[in-house]
Amino acid sequence: MADELTYAYAVGDLELVADAELVGLPGVGRGIVRILSAGGLAALVSSVDERAFGEEALKQNLERLPWLEQIARAHHAVVETASRRHAVVPLRMVTIYLDDDGVREVLERNGTRFQEALDRIGGGRMEWGVKAYLTPAPADSTPDVPEGAGPGTSYLTRRRVARDRTDEWRAAAMHVAEQVHLRLSDSAVASRLHTPQDRRLTGRDDEMVLNAAYLVEERDAELFRQTVTGWVDQHLQLELTGPWAPYSFATVDES
Amino acid sequence: MSVAASDELALVDLLDRLLAGGVVLTGDVTISLAGVDLVHISLRALISSVDTLTEHR
Repeated sequence: MADELTYAYAVGDLELVADAELVGLPGVGRGIVRILSAGGLAALVSSVDERAFGEEALKQNLERLPWLEQIARAHHAVVETASRRHAVVPLRMVTIYLDDDGVREVLERNGTRFQEALDRIGGGRMEWGVKAYLTPAPADSTPDVPEGAGPGTSYLTRRRVARDRTDEWRAAAMHVAEQVHLRLSDSAVASRLHTPQDRRLTGRDDEMVLNAAYLVEERDAELFRQTVTGWVDQHLQLELTGPWAPYSFATVDES
Repeated sequence: MSVAASDELALVDLLDRLLAGGVVLTGDVTISLAGVDLVHISLRALISSVDTLTEHR
C-alpha cells in the first residue's frame, strides 16, 4: 500500500483521546485530524498523500513557498487549537511516519521523555516572542568641521563622524537589547534566542537585533506583556507576539 | 498588543518556531525530514521567493 503516510502534529497525555473537539479538525493537505494512543500518551495525526509528502516529493514541495506556507499554517492551526485546550508538546513541522504504527512506536519508546517535556511546558505556560528593531540614529546636529578645511575634507569628515555616530548608536542599542533580554528572562521560566530575521523577510528597513522566545507562567503573562509594551528606549523598538504554543521549548532528548 | 488571528501571523514568525522548535523524533519508521536540512531547504525557499518578488517589482 503506502499511498498514505501519517503526519504527526503534537503529543499529549490521554486526556486528548477524550476530547471530541480535536477529532475532525482540518489538517495539512486536506487531511482530517485523528488521535492515536500508546504507552499512556496520545498523538494528533492525519493521513497525507505519499505523492506530495513522500521523501522526494516533499523535498521539492518545500522549495515552493506557497506550499510551505500552507503546511505551516495548517500545522500551526492544529497545534494551536490543541494547546489552548491541553498541555501538548508540538512536534517539528513535517514529522511524517510511514504508518500509524510508526507513531505508536515512538510514543512507547519515548514515554518518559515526553512526560518530562509535558511537565516542563504544562500548567498553562505559554511562549511569547519578543523582537527588537534598531531605530535609525538621529541625524540632527551637523558635525564640526575644522575651519579652513576644503570642501573635500569637510565631506570626508562629515562622513567619518556620521559613521562613528552610527556605530556608537548601534552599540548602545545592543546593550539595551541585552538588558531587555535579561529582564524578560528573569520573569520567564525559560528563554531561547532565535536568529534575528533578515531584513528581506521582515520587510522593514530597520535591523532586527533581538529575536527571542520566552516561556511564561500564565499568572505572569500580564506583567510580562506590560514589561515589553511599556519599555521605552530611543534606540530600540520592541515587538511582542503571542501567546504561542510552546514551540521553542518543546525539546526531547531522543533515546 | 495582542497576537493577530492565526491567518494573519507573519509567516516568518511562524517559521522561526515551526522550523527551529518542536520535538524532532526520528527512527526507522520515520521519513526523516525533521532535521537541520529542512530548515535550510525552507529558508532557502523563503529567501529565494523574496528575491523573486523584489525582482518583479
